[in-house]
Amino acid sequence: MADLTSNFIGIKSPNPFWLASAPPTDKEYNVRRAFEAGWGGVVWKTLGEDGPPVVNVNGPRYGAIWGADRRLLGLNNIELITDRPLQTNLDEMTRVKKDYPDHAVVASLMVPVDEDSWKAILGRVAETGCDGVELNFGCPHGMSERGMGSAVGQVPEYVGQVAEWCKKHTDLPVIVKLTPNITDIRKPAQAAKDGGADAVSLINTINSITGVNLDNFAPEPTIDGKGAHGGYCGPAVKPIALNMVAEIARTPGLGGIPISGIGGVTTWRDAAEFMALGAGNVQVCTAAMTYGFKIVQEMISGLSEYMDEKGMTSTSELVGRAVPNLSDWQHLNLNYVTKARINEDMCIKCGRCYAACEDTSHQAITMTEDRVFGVDDSECVACNLCVNVCPVEGCITMEELQPGMIDERTGREVEEDYANWTSHPNNPGTCAAE
Amino acid sequence: MPDTKLTPGITANRLPEGAYADNFSDLHPPLDDHEALVAADRCYFCHDAPCTTACPTDIDIPLFIRQIATGTPEAAAKTILTQNILGGMCARVCPTETLCEEVCVREVAEGKPVLIGQLQRYATDTLMAAGTHPFTRADATGKRVAVVGAGPAGLACAHRAAMLGHDVVIYDSRAKPGGLNEFGIAAYKSVDGFAQAEVDWLLQIGGITVDAGKSLGEGLTLDQLQSDFDAVFLGIGLSGVNALGVEGEDKSGVLDAVNFIADLRQTTDLSKLPVGRDVVVIGGGMTAVDAAVQSKLLGALNVSLVYRRGQDRMNASQFEQDLAASKGVRIITNASPTAVHGNGSVREIEFEYTDDDLTPTGQTFRLAADQVFKAIGQTLQGEGLPNLDGRKIAVTGAGRTSIAGVWAGGDCASGGDDLTVTAVAEGRDAAMDIHTQLMGCAG
Repeated sequence: MADLTSNFIGIKSPNPFWLASAPPTDKEYNVRRAFEAGWGGVVWKTLGEDGPPVVNVNGPRYGAIWGADRRLLGLNNIELITDRPLQTNLDEMTRVKKDYPDHAVVASLMVPVDEDSWKAILGRVAETGCDGVELNFGCPHGMSERGMGSAVGQVPEYVGQVAEWCKKHTDLPVIVKLTPNITDIRKPAQAAKDGGADAVSLINTINSITGVNLDNFAPEPTIDGKGAHGGYCGPAVKPIALNMVAEIARTPGLGGIPISGIGGVTTWRDAAEFMALGAGNVQVCTAAMTYGFKIVQEMISGLSEYMDEKGMTSTSELVGRAVPNLSDWQHLNLNYVTKARINEDMCIKCGRCYAACEDTSHQAITMTEDRVFGVDDSECVACNLCVNVCPVEGCITMEELQPGMIDERTGREVEEDYANWTSHPNNPGTCAAE
Repeated sequence: MPDTKLTPGITANRLPEGAYADNFSDLHPPLDDHEALVAADRCYFCHDAPCTTACPTDIDIPLFIRQIATGTPEAAAKTILTQNILGGMCARVCPTETLCEEVCVREVAEGKPVLIGQLQRYATDTLMAAGTHPFTRADATGKRVAVVGAGPAGLACAHRAAMLGHDVVIYDSRAKPGGLNEFGIAAYKSVDGFAQAEVDWLLQIGGITVDAGKSLGEGLTLDQLQSDFDAVFLGIGLSGVNALGVEGEDKSGVLDAVNFIADLRQTTDLSKLPVGRDVVVIGGGMTAVDAAVQSKLLGALNVSLVYRRGQDRMNASQFEQDLAASKGVRIITNASPTAVHGNGSVREIEFEYTDDDLTPTGQTFRLAADQVFKAIGQTLQGEGLPNLDGRKIAVTGAGRTSIAGVWAGGDCASGGDDLTVTAVAEGRDAAMDIHTQLMGCAG
């Protein structure tokens, strides 16, 4: 069986599945249960500076969107950082770490942007025996109004500055947690690296309103008739998170800064995808909040089985495997030609491919009186929409035309050589060869 | 000592208290809100959907299911009722397994169709519970339409004609409107007085008068109707019952299944309805199954359903046959009745095995029977009717008969398959044709 033990910037854990800084890691009781259930590590719910703790709203903190059978697809929250006294959290962290020395315990931190505040809390945190710190520059609601959280994460100079202070005042590994509420994720990542951070973690939650109550016209979640934007997470954000992780992983200037992948990880497969795109480990919150801590057992068994199938013995063999295949559009091979193919035996004759192609695409699907669906190669641009709307996985596939075959749409022979936009004659930037 | 299942003869109150309510409760309990959403979500919203094609009333099924899925069941109901004003009853009684659900792509692919019938019921129940009627009448045309028969065909015709602005009078021989919905469908398919509630709701359109207790030959003649009205629609069903034509058929205890079912539907206390210990139902259609299953549910010890041909020739759908079997009805095929034995009352009924072509084999057997229900088909009755095609009123197009100004639809008319939903479609389409003709003449 594959070895799932993880070493992320020197922080060891029995597996790469950590619970993200969030309600599930707000106190000792939960964290002990999480470790017993099999989680490899936790990032403790974000600690603030000493003094009177923050307060939370006393109405709904969460909003959600759902798919079929009320499957939770996206969760939004307006909860703030821990609302328990700092010392209480520190005492609990100390006890937990002592009892679970092989598990990762990382402290998430958020204090005002001044060196003294960071120095003060880093000293207190180090005494717990925890394995590292994560700087919360991501929370997009509430704390950001006070100049913390994503208000910091959105300004690369602040990110770099705080990272630098932290490296100066602690020997613990420093992870910078990035906000996705920014145009180019590479900028704060670069700042974190330049500030000396050991790793970045991403994504934090996305600014969001989950819905509007159409009776009282209040955004949801609603507090006494009003609503404030919250932070969005869960399966719905995974594609956004994957892209941001990939952007960092593929940028040479970032020098392969270690990444802790976060954002909609719900199954082992999600975790493996993050890792293939360069994440050294993953952090999970919504899936645990939806199903409880037990889901980690599926993640462990699933990743293990997958790695066995692929002959991987260590998670390090998986990390970054997809990074070399990340490309810019302009470098994609324009001589790669495919056509949709419908497997008549698998087809259930729902006609969704036909409706989609006929109404919204290229009129390339044909339909007979008795509901046999086919592809008109002379119209098919291989857009893949039919594949995506087909309810039967594998029924419609894209078949590659081999070099020498005629693309009936263009009437041209498929060329063997790779050719992309940069050299395409229609590209105004291309210099004619002659 | 109270009667039990074992008590010989025909007697009431065979079951303990409470058993009747359980036995005659809803065959398919209604979907709750969440169940409806889950069921609706399974619909693929097919292009040119096979389910709609299969529906005799052409209900836009993917659209109404999507309307349920998006939390607007009353809009869904309007989609249904626009095509089928008795969509509530059809949701309960349609053999969906041989119509929309049979061709549902998920039935074909997975053997589990979208629950179209139950979703239709969810939508129509929601709307009817709200007490609203989503249709209004067009400006009065001044035309008058007579509808004979207040069953599904007649009600559908009346509603559509009224909606188009005509004034309608419905005549029916029974004291209550509804036809087979009220008197002929198994009780567990239409609980809580649904048939009457649906008629009451349908009549909210206005412009429809129900004149009960009259039929052709009993207070009405076609000639008189034609002179009193601008158009006549006949939805008179098949009120006659076929006879077995065997020795001893007149013995006490040998009854028509349709009358038994009608009595059962009108009984307020089922424990007072007598049923035999050993019941034999003769026939292979829905009526036979309804009579057999309900006999069992009333407490009969042994119920046999005997059909003269092979099982694949039975008109009752596979679902109905399975339902009967699950309730303990024994289905015997390839056997024709040859004699009823007994001294005044039936004691036994004798059968001869017959092949699918009804060729006698000479091999006979007897079944103990203290009650026999005949369910071997019904026949058209009435005087001065338009020309017949075989045993039914000949129709062309949208129910036009051989007599100008007289339309027919439902079980009494040729073609169709004797389903509620078909009757609704025929009544509706006849009304549209009547409208076209009346207004064309007016113009």
